Amino acid sequence: MGIKNRMSGNEAVAHAISQIDPDVMPAFPITPSTEIPQFVSNMISAGKIHTEFIPVESEHSAMSAAMGSEAAGARTITATSSCGLALMWEVLYVAASSRLPIAMCVVNRGLTGPLNINAEHSDSMGARDSGWIQIYAENNQEVYDNMLQAYRIAEHKDVRLPIMICQDGFITSHALCNIELIEDDKARAFAGTYEPEHYLLKEGETMAMGPYATSPYGMEAKRAQVQGMMNAKQVILDVAKEYEKISGRSYGFFESYKLEDAEYAVVIIGSAAGTAKDAVDALRSQGKKVGILKVRVFRPFPGEEMAEALKGVKAVAIMDRAESYSGNGGPLGAELMAAMYRAGNEAVAVNIVYGLSGRDITVEDFEGVYGRLERIADGSEKPEFYSYLGLRE
Amino acid sequence: MALKAKNINDETKWQDLTEGLQIYESATSRSFYTGEWRTQTPVLDFEKCRQCLLCVPYCPDSCIPVYEGKREEFDLNHCKGCGICEAACPFDAISMKQGK
Repeated sequence: MGIKNRMSGNEAVAHAISQIDPDVMPAFPITPSTEIPQFVSNMISAGKIHTEFIPVESEHSAMSAAMGSEAAGARTITATSSCGLALMWEVLYVAASSRLPIAMCVVNRGLTGPLNINAEHSDSMGARDSGWIQIYAENNQEVYDNMLQAYRIAEHKDVRLPIMICQDGFITSHALCNIELIEDDKARAFAGTYEPEHYLLKEGETMAMGPYATSPYGMEAKRAQVQGMMNAKQVILDVAKEYEKISGRSYGFFESYKLEDAEYAVVIIGSAAGTAKDAVDALRSQGKKVGILKVRVFRPFPGEEMAEALKGVKAVAIMDRAESYSGNGGPLGAELMAAMYRAGNEAVAVNIVYGLSGRDITVEDFEGVYGRLERIADGSEKPEFYSYLGLRE
Repeated sequence: MALKAKNINDETKWQDLTEGLQIYESATSRSFYTGEWRTQTPVLDFEKCRQCLLCVPYCPDSCIPVYEGKREEFDLNHCKGCGICEAACPFDAISMKQGK
């Protein structure tokens, strides 16, 4: 039952890649994801895996090569961060609309500018409308588990969309943590092999991909594409259920931490959820009814399910580690508030931007957030619907 | 079963399109009439034409069919009216007229 080890997030995800043994990895280095192609290259040169590594000249080329190899019928992986992801932008959309289930390890780092290399979600949040599935992790264990599930979700015949497996730069990617790994044979059997119905190098296949869609076809093509994203919801749950059988760890769209009877909730993505849990434990010991909704799946957006999970709360803080420059809040705040409104959820929801450019967030910060929510709910504090946490002002 | 290109048209519902608009057959460009874009049309004077066939390889859209060593009328379903054939003809046998 499982192998105990200790690994950084980058090592963990590279280990999962080695167990999957994908066919092709085109990649270009960028901090803090550089170690992933580096570790995979080491395993290739040691003869441990059969993956073909393509050293490309840019991330635009990395994603273009990934499209080519995936279209040819090869299971393809790449990794990037920040501006590297931004340079892929054009191709991300084409990979999704061409229905190519490429997997990409995104090590979240702030987009320039100002120039910064630390944890922030602005890179993958910027790509949230590119048609990729996005799964986020709190820690090394989760990013490993998510990586092993990635292709099963992306390649499913009802989905056929590319997938981003995200983890927080440095905090998760470079910090060592205890981890439980699946045995190689079990992990490989779970990941299976890529068996597309149509691919360019299939013997006897006559096939054209990525045609120009004139106005009578483009709208229908996009509607068909979003159906794959909608279908991904059930597939994500099914794959998680199957993964639980070999790992003993259960996953869904999000993790509810002491949320059942909570009156005050924080909704958050990524590593800071671990810090928030310490705050919740401390406040629970004082009798406060506080909880966390930690988002795992951001695309497809499980708005209905999240609104349902937040049904009983009086006040909720939706935390964004990305600035949208909309003047109206961050992406998680905007989408979850809309979902709560649709569901008729009348909890007061405030959107808090935190942790930009790698700014630390502490247990005390979260205790402060819960205090604010309590005061908002009892009417002693006027809610500020869009604010910054940990800002000098 | 994937839909054949000839059965996909602007009445096709989104549920019935192929995944990613992929096409699973070859030579489907024959049924795509790029000639509709044309604003000028080549006209061949058969009296002046010596059947040298120089216009044939110059045509970027393969719109000059050849049968038994002789060129035939332009394929106006696909000719975009670029005028390269007119420039290539050594005998002034091709002229461009305005419109389709």
